[in-house]
Amino acid sequence: MRLLLLLCCLQIGLAHAIVESPDIQPDEFTTNAQKERFKALIQDLRCTVCQNQNLADSHASLAKDLRREILELMQQGKTDAQITQHLVDRYGEFVLYKPRFERATYILWIGPFLALLLASIGFILLVRKRAAQTTHLSDADKQALTEELRRNPVSTPSPKK
Amino acid sequence: MLRSAIPLIIFILLAILLYKGLSLDPREIPSPLIGKPAPEFTLPQLQKPEAQFSKQTLLGKVTLVNAWASWCVSCRSEHHLLMALAKDGVQIYGINYKDTHEDALGYLAQLGNPYVMNGHDLNGRVGIDWGVIATPESFLVDKKGVIRYKQIGPITAAAWTKSIAPLIAQLNKEPG
Repeated sequence: MRLLLLLCCLQIGLAHAIVESPDIQPDEFTTNAQKERFKALIQDLRCTVCQNQNLADSHASLAKDLRREILELMQQGKTDAQITQHLVDRYGEFVLYKPRFERATYILWIGPFLALLLASIGFILLVRKRAAQTTHLSDADKQALTEELRRNPVSTPSPKK
Repeated sequence: MLRSAIPLIIFILLAILLYKGLSLDPREIPSPLIGKPAPEFTLPQLQKPEAQFSKQTLLGKVTLVNAWASWCVSCRSEHHLLMALAKDGVQIYGINYKDTHEDALGYLAQLGNPYVMNGHDLNGRVGIDWGVIATPESFLVDKKGVIRYKQIGPITAAAWTKSIAPLIAQLNKEPG
């Protein structure tokens, strides 16, 4: 229970750290909506230095600068799309955590579904083939088998002690 | 025969794919700026803060724009190469990125100054416009002010002889 409480505290602390980046003061947001917008934006943009962190989580100095840049662009009245484009123009699509759907990323987006489709087709073919291979005994065969079993009963192995 | 070879073929393909992945440098992010005009900027000069270094300074000649900082270790390792290039007549312009005046000037006094001119980008704003991720980064800018090549990290001897030097020779022949 105590551990759980501690974990909860840690969690709150972490969430707090993400929302209130120390470099951006809460009073720099005029409205709550603006704050939420900022939060959403920095969640979806990659820190190009650390690469596997978004701008919200990163403590890299460039991430700090970019958060400031985004805030200023917001204050200039730029839309989310314009701000994202602003960063893409400078750092390339790499800054987008969710890559756009276009020629270079087709394989990224469609690949998994294609792999699933191929695997399904393969599986279905395999199952069909197996089903076709199942031998069907003719009546004569069945009779011969019963006869055989009657003559040489199969002894069931006794369970081991 | 062919059927039993399928797993082997898949294995070989995967091995090639993964081996290729090993040789890729994740820091080498293709810059969207290549082929585009260099960003407009104006910075105070490092040595003469009252004078300006701007995009106009770069026009009319082939220039190597190098983003550096005194606190950047790889910049130090690149420095001797820049010195040699400057001696050979390469026009190197510096963007001194997020550095203090004293540190930057001290660095140049200590290691030598290969730069024709340096802009002092104290808050890293101009660095963002050039898409600088981590110093050192170098941009080859043609006579019209278009970025033609970007080197991420220090310029290596190989990058110089294979890519940059031939490109400079080619760009010098283009009309300004």
